[in-house]
Amino acid sequence: MSQDKDTSNKRETGSDDVIRDVTGSEYKYGFVSDIDSDIIERGLNEDVVRLISKKKGEPDWLLDFRLKAFRYWETLKMPTWAHLDIPPIDYQAISYYAAPKKKESPKSLDEVDPQLLDTFNRLGIPLEEQKALSGMAVDAVMDSVSVKTTHREKLAELGIIFCSFSEAVKDYPDLVRKYLGKVVSYRDNFFAALNSAVFSDGSFVYIPKGVRCPMELSTYFRINASGTGQFERTLIVADDDSYVSYLEGCTAPMRDENQLHAAIVEIIVEERAEVKYSTVQNWYAGDKDGKGGVYNFVTKRGLCRGDFSKISWTQVETGSAITWKYPGCILAGEGSVGEFYSVAVTNNYQQADTGTKMIHIGKNSRSTIVSKGISAGHSQNSYRGLVSVAPDASGVRNYTQCDSLLLSSTCGAHTFPYIDVKNDTAIVEHEATTSKISEDQLFYCNQRGIPTEEAVALIVNGYAKEVMNKLPMEFAVEAQKLLSITLEGSVG
Amino acid sequence: MEDILLKVDNLHAGIEGKEILKGINLTVRPGEVGAIVGQTGCGKSTVSGVVAGDPKFTVTGGSADFHGVDLLALSPEDRSHEGLFLSFQYPVEIPGVSMVNFMRAAVNAKRKYFNEPALSAGDFLKLMRQKREIVELDNKLASRSVNEGFSGGEKKRNEIFQMAVLEPRLSILDETDSGLDIDALRIVAGGVNRLKTERNATIVITHYQRLLDYIKPDFVHILYKGRIVYSGGPELALELEEKGYDWIKQQVDNQ
Repeated sequence: MSQDKDTSNKRETGSDDVIRDVTGSEYKYGFVSDIDSDIIERGLNEDVVRLISKKKGEPDWLLDFRLKAFRYWETLKMPTWAHLDIPPIDYQAISYYAAPKKKESPKSLDEVDPQLLDTFNRLGIPLEEQKALSGMAVDAVMDSVSVKTTHREKLAELGIIFCSFSEAVKDYPDLVRKYLGKVVSYRDNFFAALNSAVFSDGSFVYIPKGVRCPMELSTYFRINASGTGQFERTLIVADDDSYVSYLEGCTAPMRDENQLHAAIVEIIVEERAEVKYSTVQNWYAGDKDGKGGVYNFVTKRGLCRGDFSKISWTQVETGSAITWKYPGCILAGEGSVGEFYSVAVTNNYQQADTGTKMIHIGKNSRSTIVSKGISAGHSQNSYRGLVSVAPDASGVRNYTQCDSLLLSSTCGAHTFPYIDVKNDTAIVEHEATTSKISEDQLFYCNQRGIPTEEAVALIVNGYAKEVMNKLPMEFAVEAQKLLSITLEGSVG
Repeated sequence: MEDILLKVDNLHAGIEGKEILKGINLTVRPGEVGAIVGQTGCGKSTVSGVVAGDPKFTVTGGSADFHGVDLLALSPEDRSHEGLFLSFQYPVEIPGVSMVNFMRAAVNAKRKYFNEPALSAGDFLKLMRQKREIVELDNKLASRSVNEGFSGGEKKRNEIFQMAVLEPRLSILDETDSGLDIDALRIVAGGVNRLKTERNATIVITHYQRLLDYIKPDFVHILYKGRIVYSGGPELALELEEKGYDWIKQQVDNQ
């Protein structure tokens, strides 16, 4: 009887033994770029709001909007209803504006800081037009400002506007003014008010009537500077009979401090138009002991204003120490359609409280919600969703499927579905499951020669397939890899 | 030793502190079909689980030599790479993972173990097509999730299909006949017989005679109370069918 034989068969008996082996996942975007930045003093008051607005050379109406938001924010307290344990955040200890120093808006790439180009190259986002992904136009945002938007001229030929938010304020003030804050008011919530006061940059998209955008539009968000927050705004307007697919990616360096990210995304969709919004969120999640990581408090909402309009949210959430995010749809148009497909992965000490709101106002409006939560380590993963049907909204249909997969016995999965139906013709369905990767599944894979790590990736990707299939091709492969990396070391 | 594929010597193993196998001795040579028979609860499935490395079981003594390799020192996946295959009594469902992805992961993991490059998609699909015919599985199989929604017969045919793809040196068929109707049994057994060569071997674990009508064993071993208490030729299976197990039990218990 020898000792090693004894252990070889006993290996990986309970999932607890397995979880203790957690080594922490490799975060390949954790580097810091040495870029000369213009960072304003930490702290938040009216002067800071005025300073941000001045730095961006904004018109009075926008400063006014910011100040109203700021004054309202001052009256608010951070919400506590989410199933999240959020350490106190000192809003005076954050710098609200950090911009890589540059000459007046670069006309060509030669004028862009080579360090910046290098940063985005390392992130897999080449900004050189000839190298840029041909099927995708990219707006690259570093800290508080947009660095470069590719393929702008080509898109302009079709009348499509795709530029940074700051440029949109300068070049298309009427459009911005018409839509800003119309879907997410600055009074919406604490973080929306904060963002409305101090937002720095983001993307602006306008698709004219009848135009089908020929390429994926994408914004890549990067936090680089330390002690700063990122507060961007994205505004997408799809006019009648138009279509656009929009992608958003995010990363940040590994730092011991927590960094705040509070963004707003607003989408307005007119008659028969469709917007597909996909996110692969990979902010730094903190280390395996829960130190550091990004606090991701985001308000995303789309308004299906036109009849038969459609918004489809797809999100793969793998990063951030804390995620608080509920991309929703206001289905105002008759026969309008809202979809929400989500995979949220939490490992180590990550916390996620995420889901959607489907507000049915239009007759015969329909919505589909598919949420797949995957929790490992000591993480907490919650689905929170609202399906509401207004009194006049007849013929509404909703289908919700909400699944949780647990990879350890020390993690938590929770669901908080709210259903509020005021019209008795509505058909609202909710299905939920909770499952674990069983020892039997792992052994079955092992017996066929597939090592545990690979088996977990295979099983998790299989579990999330329904959502992953909704991602555009370019993103799907990346997202699949990301799922595997996030869970690396979580089992086995 | 060269003509011995598997030599199990005085193997003791159990689950949660309870000893189930109390000294198994078993020798399998290339080209052989061995049958391990016994009544429910005698430890048949523990034998297959322990040999394949199921972490549920703890080995407490003895050894197992697999063509010169110390089998018990290997991880389950390395045992697989070294040529051990277990056809599960209850094949496991893996939702969302297509058979084609699953088998590609398995085939390429084995190739990696032997420092061979991964198979191209085309070569792999060709391999799948060839092997599917052996157990008469239709081509919709490739896109279906592993065992999900498979009938009992399809699950077992799928096991033999995987066996065909991985070309093991030793296959252990754990209660492969359970839950099969006669047609499915014939197809499964036919597949096993077609895969038989002079180099590989099969261990059939069963408590029915009927599978042994289709897969002819060279040796039959009777497992009782965690030990192989009696071994004989193919005629032993018929004798058991006729007389039952009581005479063996009496013999052993009186010792």
